[in-house]
Amino acid sequence: MSQTNRISGGQIDRSKSLRFTFDGVTYSGHAGDTLASALLANGVRLMGRSFKYHRPRGPISAGSEEPNALVELRSGARQEPNTRATVVELFDGLVAQSQNRWPSLSFDAMAINDRFNTFFTAGFYYKTFMWPAAFWEKVYEPIIRRAAGLGSLSRLEDPDDYDKGFLHCDLLVIGAGPSGLMAALTAGRAGLRVILADEDFRMGGRLNAETLGVGDQSGADWAAGVVAELASLPNVRMMPRTTVYGAFDHGIYGAVERVSDHLPVPMAGKPRQTAWRIYTKRAILAAGAIERPIPFENNDRPGIMLAGALRAYANRWGVAAGRRVAVFTNNDDGLRTATDLQVKGVDVVAVIDTRSGGPLLAGIRHLQGAEVIDSRGRLGLTEITVRSAKGAVETLRVEALGVSGGWNPNVSLTSHHRSRPIWRDDLAAFVPASDAPAGLIPVGAAMGDLSTHAALRGGAEAAAQVVADLGHGSARYDLPKAEDAPVAITPHWYVKSDKGRAWIDQQNDVTVKDVKLAHQENFTSVEHLKRYTTLGMATDQGKTGNVLGMAVMAELTGKSIPQTGTTIYRPPYTPVSLGALGGRSRGKDFKPFRLTPSHKWASEQGAIFVEVGMWLRTQWLPRKGETEWRQSVDREVLATRKSVGICDVTTLGKIDIQGTDAGAFLDRVYANTFSTLAVGKCRYGLMLREDGMVFDDGTTARMGPSEYVMTTTTANAVTVFRHLEYCRQCLWPDLDVQIISTTEAWAQYSVAGPNARKLLQKIVDQDISDAAFPYMGAGEITVGGLRARLFRISFSGELAYEIAVPTRYGDAMIRALVEAGREFDAVVYGTEALGVMRIEKGHVAGNALNGQSTALNMGLGKMVSRKKDAIGVLMSQRTELVREDGLRLVGVKPVNPAEPLKAGSHFLKTGAAATAEHDDGWLTSMVYSPHLGHHIALGYLKNGTARIGERMRAVNLLAGTDTEIEIVSPHFIDPEGERLRA
Amino acid sequence: MPDLVLKPLTALGHDAPLTESLGPWTLTERADVALASLAPRRGRAEDVARIAAAAGIALPSPAMSAMGAVFGSFWMTPEMWMIEAPFDSHSDIRAHLLGLFGDAASITEQTDAWVRFDLSGENLPHLFEKLANFDLATAPEGAATRTVIEHMGCYLVKRSATQVTIYGGRSSAQSLHHALKLAAQAQA
Repeated sequence: MSQTNRISGGQIDRSKSLRFTFDGVTYSGHAGDTLASALLANGVRLMGRSFKYHRPRGPISAGSEEPNALVELRSGARQEPNTRATVVELFDGLVAQSQNRWPSLSFDAMAINDRFNTFFTAGFYYKTFMWPAAFWEKVYEPIIRRAAGLGSLSRLEDPDDYDKGFLHCDLLVIGAGPSGLMAALTAGRAGLRVILADEDFRMGGRLNAETLGVGDQSGADWAAGVVAELASLPNVRMMPRTTVYGAFDHGIYGAVERVSDHLPVPMAGKPRQTAWRIYTKRAILAAGAIERPIPFENNDRPGIMLAGALRAYANRWGVAAGRRVAVFTNNDDGLRTATDLQVKGVDVVAVIDTRSGGPLLAGIRHLQGAEVIDSRGRLGLTEITVRSAKGAVETLRVEALGVSGGWNPNVSLTSHHRSRPIWRDDLAAFVPASDAPAGLIPVGAAMGDLSTHAALRGGAEAAAQVVADLGHGSARYDLPKAEDAPVAITPHWYVKSDKGRAWIDQQNDVTVKDVKLAHQENFTSVEHLKRYTTLGMATDQGKTGNVLGMAVMAELTGKSIPQTGTTIYRPPYTPVSLGALGGRSRGKDFKPFRLTPSHKWASEQGAIFVEVGMWLRTQWLPRKGETEWRQSVDREVLATRKSVGICDVTTLGKIDIQGTDAGAFLDRVYANTFSTLAVGKCRYGLMLREDGMVFDDGTTARMGPSEYVMTTTTANAVTVFRHLEYCRQCLWPDLDVQIISTTEAWAQYSVAGPNARKLLQKIVDQDISDAAFPYMGAGEITVGGLRARLFRISFSGELAYEIAVPTRYGDAMIRALVEAGREFDAVVYGTEALGVMRIEKGHVAGNALNGQSTALNMGLGKMVSRKKDAIGVLMSQRTELVREDGLRLVGVKPVNPAEPLKAGSHFLKTGAAATAEHDDGWLTSMVYSPHLGHHIALGYLKNGTARIGERMRAVNLLAGTDTEIEIVSPHFIDPEGERLRA
Repeated sequence: MPDLVLKPLTALGHDAPLTESLGPWTLTERADVALASLAPRRGRAEDVARIAAAAGIALPSPAMSAMGAVFGSFWMTPEMWMIEAPFDSHSDIRAHLLGLFGDAASITEQTDAWVRFDLSGENLPHLFEKLANFDLATAPEGAATRTVIEHMGCYLVKRSATQVTIYGGRSSAQSLHHALKLAAQAQA
C-alpha cells in the first residue's frame, strides 16, 4: 500500500524506506517515522480497541501520553505488549499486532460490551459482584481476570539483556525542547557536567512539531544546530531515547535508556535497555506540556486527535491524518493547527472555536461560539456534528479532527516527593509548586511558560542560576528571537449532552457520565473518583484525562478546581519494563556465587552442590554405583563415625576480634563468659538478641591475650558482624576493640572421626596428641612450614579438629587431606552428612534457631551467665520464658524403627484430638540415622526434659501422617562426650 | 609430613594469575600482593602514626589511598587501613607488621580474603558507570572507596587516570570477573 497520506516536508529521511507489518499487512515508512506516523501515512487510523467497551481507537497524541494506540511490538520471545505506537521508532522489519480484540481489529466480537455500556458504568464491579459471596472466588474473579488486560505475554523467556548503571553530573536537564536545549547549552558552555535526556529519539521537542522560527531559522533547524554543538562538548552527555522516570531522594533520578529498541535485534553484547541512576547536583525539568481534549459525544473515533498532535504529524512527519480536517478549540494554540495544515495544502473544513469574539482566521471557516457535539464513522471518523453559536446544527464531512482544550504543564516529576501543583486561572492548568524536590527546577512549558521565547528564556535563566550556585561564575547566553504569544484560553471543559458518552480517559473508557455517577454516589474526592471510575489508571496514568475528570467534578460540585483537589503523580513517569529494573540480575546471574576453597576439587569428583545463601556447598559426593542420595549420605556418615571424614567448613563466619577490651566485649555480646578463656583454648558461645531469644551460636578461640577469633553460623556471618559493629561503635565506644571479617581469608576443613588425629598428624608439623593439643584447644601451627591454625572442636560428636590454611592453599589442602586419609578410608562429606551427625549428637542448628527460642528452650539455659550482664540476658528471664513447663529440646524416635518421621510434625498425647489446643510442641529437624538404623529427630516439647521416655504421637496434618514416637535424650550418640575427648 | 608442599591457586582457581583484554581495557588478576588490616588500639593513634611514618607506611585520609616504596595503603573505615605489600617479601605480612607496631595496633591477616583485579586503559569511567556508584571521572588520583558491584561488596582504588584496582571477596572472584566481562562487553 502506498503512503497515501504522506505530504511534503517533515524531518524524515525519504531516501530510506523501511518496511514493516501491522496485523500481518506490509507497509512502508521512512527513517524518522514512528509506528503511528507511518501507519497514518499509509491511511491506517484504526490501531487499537479500548479496554472496557472494545471501541475502535486510533492515536490521539504523538507522544508518550498516548492512551489508545497500544500495540504488541515484535514477535516471538521479543514480543512486548502495550507499546505506544506513537513513540515506537520505525525500523526495517518491524512487526506489530493490534491487541485486545477478537478475532480481528476491524471486527471485534467483544465490542458487544459497547452495546451493554449502561451496565458497565463506574462502580460496575463493586455493585455487580456482591452476591452471592461464594461466587467471588470461583466464578466472578476468574471471569474478570480473563477479561482484564490489554496485550498478551509471549510466555517465552526474553532473549535480550538489560543493564543498569550509574551516572554523575552537575546538571541533569530533563527534556530537550526549547527550554531544555537552552538550559543545556548555557550550562554546557559554562563548563558544567551536563546530562541532557529526552524520551524522544530526535531532540528538539515541540520545535520539531511546529513551524515557529527561532532566530532566523526554523525551530527544528535551530534545535538541530544546538544538538550538534552540545554533542561536540566533552562535558555534555546527550541521552536521546532516555526517559527520566522518577525523582528520588538526594538528587538521584531514575532513567531508562532504550539502547536497542529501535533495532530489530540488539547488537552483540549490548543490552536492550539500561536503567540508569543519575546522581546530580541540580536538575532542570524541561518536560514540556501535554495537551488535553474537550470531551464531546463520541469523541473517541479514530481520526479525532489532539490538535497539537495533528499538526505534529504534518510538520514533523509529513503526514496528514486526513485529507479533510477540522479543528475544535478553546484557545489560540489550537488555531495554529488549522493554519499549519492549510499551508500544507490540507483541506481545513472548519475551525470550531468555543470562544466568541476576537479576530477571525483568514481564509478558513472560523465558527466562533460553536461546539462539536457528535461524530460518526464506524471504524474511523467520517463526519462531525457542529452546533453554532446560534444553535444551528450542521454536519461536516471530515477524516480528522484536531481538538485542543488547552495545555497541562508536565508537572509529573515535581510531584514525586508529594508536592502538590498549584492552579493558575490564566492558564487553566496546574503548575509546579515551590516545594518540588530540592534541586529540581521546572522551566518552560513544564512551568507554565508556554511561548517559545518564555521557554528559551526560562531554560537559560535557570541554567545560569545553577552555574552561579555551583561556583562556576556567571554564564552568558544570547536568547534567539522567538514568538512570545500570550496564552489565550477560555476554559471549556466538556460539551454538555444528556444522552451520549463523552470520553475523558480513553484508555480506561471513563466518560463524563461516569464522573457524574461518581458524584451522584458521593465519590467526590479525587482519590475516590479515581478508584471508583478507574480514571487515570493503566499505562498512561491519566496524562490527558486527569485534569479533565477533576474539572468535570468541580463543575458538578460547584467548587473551583483547586478546591476540588489536585492531581499528583508517582514514579514511573511512563511504564518501565521489569527487565530494565532487574538488569543483569536474572537466571544464573540473579546473584553472585561464593565458591568454597574445595569447590574445584569437589567439582572434579562430581559433587552435588547446594545453595547456602550465596555459597555453593558440597551437599554430598556420590560414588560410582550410588544412584540415590541416601546411599551417599549414609556412607559418608558411617565412614566418618567408623574412621574419619573431611568437610569444608570455610563458609562459617570468622571474625577477628582484637583489642585490650576484646574479652570484656565478648562477655557483653555472648551470654556466657569469654574473658576467662585461656589463651590457646576455644569455647562454645551463645549470642542472644536484645529480646532474650537466641541469635547465633559458634565457637570462639582465644589466640592471644588481646586476640580472639569468633566463628558464626554460615547464615548469620554478616548479621553477627553487623551486630558487633553496632555494639562496638554505638553501645560501647569506650571499649578498645577492633573487628574485621576473616571468613574468606582462611580455608577451613573439619577432620572428624576416630582417626582424625592420625590423619592430621601426617599433615601438620607439630605434635597434636591429646596431651599436646587437648579438647577445645586452639592455636597457630604450620603445615609443611606454611602458617595454619588448628582448633579441636567437634560438631559431629567425634574426635574432631578444624584446620585452617590461607585460602590460596585450600585446594591443595583438600587434596592433601584426601591423599593422607587414603590409608584410613577417609571420606569427604557434605552438608547432608553434617546435618545427620549434628542431629545424632543433639546440636541445634537453623531450624531450632528460629528467633523465637531461648537458650532454656534449647537445653542450654545454664550457659546464660548471671555473673555478668550481657545483651539479652535480662529479657531471657521473663516469666513466660522461664516456665518450668515451657518448650525444651528433646530427641525423638519412632516406636516402630521401620517408620519414618516427618519434619514439621506436631507432638500430641496418645488419644488427643489433632487440634491446636492439644499441641505439645513440634519436630524441628529429622534425619535417617544410618548409625542407629532408624529415623531420629529433634524437637521442642512442652516440659520436654521431664517427659523423656514418654510415648506420644507426631502428627503432620499436611502430610497426613500420624506416627507413634518415644521421647528420648537429644544426644543419640555418645551422650557423655567420650569420643570427642579421646 | 614435613615434605608436604601445598601449591597455591589464584582466586580464579588457576595456577597463574589471569591477564586478559576486555575490549579496550586490560584486566590483570593480582596474586602478588599481601594484605593486612591495621587499626590503632584505643589511645595509640599517635604511636601508630609515628611508627608508620618511620616504616614508610602512609595512613591516608578517608576515601584515599597512598603508595610508598614498599607499602601501599588505603583507608577502609574510621581508624582502620588496609596495608599492601609485595607478597614475595611479605607472605606473612601480619608477622611483619606486628614486629613494627607491637601492641599499638590490631593487625589482621587479609591477604587471601580478597581477589584483586587491576583494570587499565583509557576512559575507565566509561566502564565503571556500568559497575559501581562511584564517580571515577572526578575522583582524585588515589581515591579509594567501598562500593558494590553486582551485589558484591568491593573496594575501589583509583591508582591513576588509567588504572583502577578492585578488591572483591575472594570466594566470589569468578562472579566478579564475570560481571567485569559483561560490563566491558556492553561498554566496549
